[in-house]
Amino acid sequence: MFNHPKELKYTKTHEWVREEDGLCVVGLTDFAQDALGDIVFVNLPSVGDEVKAGEVFCDVESVKAVSDVYSPVSGVIEEVNEALTDDPALVNNDCYGAWFIKVKEVTGEDELLDADTYEEFCKSEA
Amino acid sequence: MELKTPLYDAHVKAGGRIVPFAGYLLPVQYEGVIAEHMAVREKAGLFDVSHMGEITLKGKGALASLNHLLSNDYTKMPLGKVRYGILCNEEGGVKDDLLVYKFGEEDYFIVVNASNRHKDYAWMKDHILEDTEIKDISDEVAQVALQGPLSRDIMKKVMKEEDIPEKYYTAKRDVDISGMNCIISYTGYTGEAGYEIYTANENAQKLWDLLLKEGEEFGLRPCGLGARDTLRLEASMPLYGHEMDEDISPLETGLDYGVKMNKEDFIGKKAIEEKGEPKICRVGLRIVDKGVLREHQDIYVGEDKIGHTTSGTYSPLFKTSIAMALIDKKYSDIGTIVEVDVRGRRLKAEVVPMPFYKREK
Repeated sequence: MFNHPKELKYTKTHEWVREEDGLCVVGLTDFAQDALGDIVFVNLPSVGDEVKAGEVFCDVESVKAVSDVYSPVSGVIEEVNEALTDDPALVNNDCYGAWFIKVKEVTGEDELLDADTYEEFCKSEA
Repeated sequence: MELKTPLYDAHVKAGGRIVPFAGYLLPVQYEGVIAEHMAVREKAGLFDVSHMGEITLKGKGALASLNHLLSNDYTKMPLGKVRYGILCNEEGGVKDDLLVYKFGEEDYFIVVNASNRHKDYAWMKDHILEDTEIKDISDEVAQVALQGPLSRDIMKKVMKEEDIPEKYYTAKRDVDISGMNCIISYTGYTGEAGYEIYTANENAQKLWDLLLKEGEEFGLRPCGLGARDTLRLEASMPLYGHEMDEDISPLETGLDYGVKMNKEDFIGKKAIEEKGEPKICRVGLRIVDKGVLREHQDIYVGEDKIGHTTSGTYSPLFKTSIAMALIDKKYSDIGTIVEVDVRGRRLKAEVVPMPFYKREK
């Protein structure tokens, strides 16, 4: 089945978020990467862009379709993972290593779920 | 309520991701589109295409009916030959594209798109000429497509070699595969060598399992609709509802090879003639910027909207995005740079020759 580590928080739009050195690190969940299939392009935002909780900050293209990625928090982008530009398949291969953005100056957050609640939510979506 | 093909349970058991398509529940992928796509380009892949429609046309009037209904000419057609055709409406638009198999002087077998099956049958029934019997046998017939450079090696393991059709676009019927009566057709929708096999529904599971088992040593894998679409797009093969529809003439979408304007008559011919020289044409696009082109995206040169994409995807073979598009003929020269509106961003793409991919013979 899917791997949704206990130490992360999750959104209903299938992003994960974790805190690291005062920044919020954001990526796509295992459930999401599996549902999307082979990811072939990640259209990353720029450092310095503002993100708002619950709003789109990025899109990812799989072979079949494009999907939006939503920010779990509000703040300013401190860093983007350029490695995803060269190798979008990282998201499929290691979705918790393949973070998208790191956000600073966090001022708010979307409804965040713990791993168990998120798994239940995924079951209802499937 | 979607229908199930006779192979539905096999797809679920094999981990296929099931989606509704053209009224059927079919796998969009098993392991992944890219792996399945590359299996077909390099080795072999097996597709369940039982959703396709099959219609028989028989009788003394069958040939005249075909020539009346379809844009192509079926007059000088050898037995066992397969010929592409377009079913036009009175306005010269495309109702569907299809394949016609000739198995006897008064015995034809027609394969149509699943989504158009009922529409096609009703239209044909209304427009056939006298002494023609038409029958929709889709619900009795299963079809699997074995595609890829190693398909012939796999076929040789399950049947007599002399029963395998030698030439592209030919077919043999009443061929025995392990006790199952089959039609073997040297055709496909991937741009690779391959075979489409028709058999009765009750044989489908056995045929599927047999091919997968015998194909294992050649790297054969089951493939879903996702790979079917990316493969046909790389081969620039048109798809109804994308490159053609009831409002597009077959000449506008570059299907000239299937339209015989010098033929005495066929439904839609007059309207196509009256339209004159097409002002739009179908072109291949390859993205220059980063991103993925999809269907129904507007195309610009400067501020002028010159057309739209009809199909677009990421090409697993070329590792970049390609698309087919219908655009103003003025801008169709190879090398022309156009801009495609991809969700509000203008991405550059280049007009390139089609097919994007052509196998080495």
